[in-house]
Amino acid sequence: MIPVSHILILSAALFFIGMYGFVTRKNLITMLMSLELMLNSVNINFVAFNKYLYPGKLDGIFFTIFIIAVAAAEAAVAISIIINLFRTHKTIDVGAATELKH
Amino acid sequence: MTAHQIIFYCLAALILITGLLSVTCPKVFRSAIFLLFSLIGIAGLYFWMEAEFIAAVQISVYVGGIVVIIIFSIFLTEQAGKETRSIHPVRTIFAVLAALLGMILTYLTVLNYDFVESKEAFDLDITRIGNAMVATGEGGFSLPFEVVSILLLSAMIGCIVVAMRSSITKPDEKKITQSITEIDEA
Repeated sequence: MIPVSHILILSAALFFIGMYGFVTRKNLITMLMSLELMLNSVNINFVAFNKYLYPGKLDGIFFTIFIIAVAAAEAAVAISIIINLFRTHKTIDVGAATELKH
Repeated sequence: MTAHQIIFYCLAALILITGLLSVTCPKVFRSAIFLLFSLIGIAGLYFWMEAEFIAAVQISVYVGGIVVIIIFSIFLTEQAGKETRSIHPVRTIFAVLAALLGMILTYLTVLNYDFVESKEAFDLDITRIGNAMVATGEGGFSLPFEVVSILLLSAMIGCIVVAMRSSITKPDEKKITQSITEIDEA
């Protein structure tokens, strides 16, 4: 029997791997991929809490379903913005779009 | 150590190693493939936790949808074989430090917290999920369901508007300038 803390430590490790990628990457697509890893680690947490602490309820499962739906919408909008940025700037580096800085 | 535990540690190793490769691999396409394997490992973890419905949603939405969109956009932006720009080494050190410190803090907090695990059986019947999704009373989730459906609709319209804008306006401007010059010539 695996204690619930092991699953939580796994999801925390995955979250901080995603955070490391989000901070170090400069390419918009790879930053989006790190973001997906972070959202997935949160989903693991919700399912683990639902299974081990409150098995009679469905709240964790529903949070997971809605997070997946929001993540899908977010990925689609982000990628349409990335493709639009590539059309106008010919690059998807985060340092390239500086029009709003000045 | 039972087979149940061995499967958990194998899945955890798969998720963490491919996740780490996905955020560190310099080639974009390879890191998308590593992300794919990490997401499959997470779906396996849901199967291991007996949440079969969530595992099926994970495979169909993440593995079949989002990763495919990401790979398509890598091809559309012609980045498939290109190596990404790496950041300053000092910044990398500080990013590793921040991640490690956060990890240690979370680790200590989780180890010191006393979780009261319930002995009840985990019953994730698909009919229960379906009924709760559209129920309005106690334990019903019909309001967030409607909100998410509106969010998805608006995100879809937003995607189309953002991605189409330049291709709609540019030809029109050309036509207008053409017609203006034609009028001038006439």
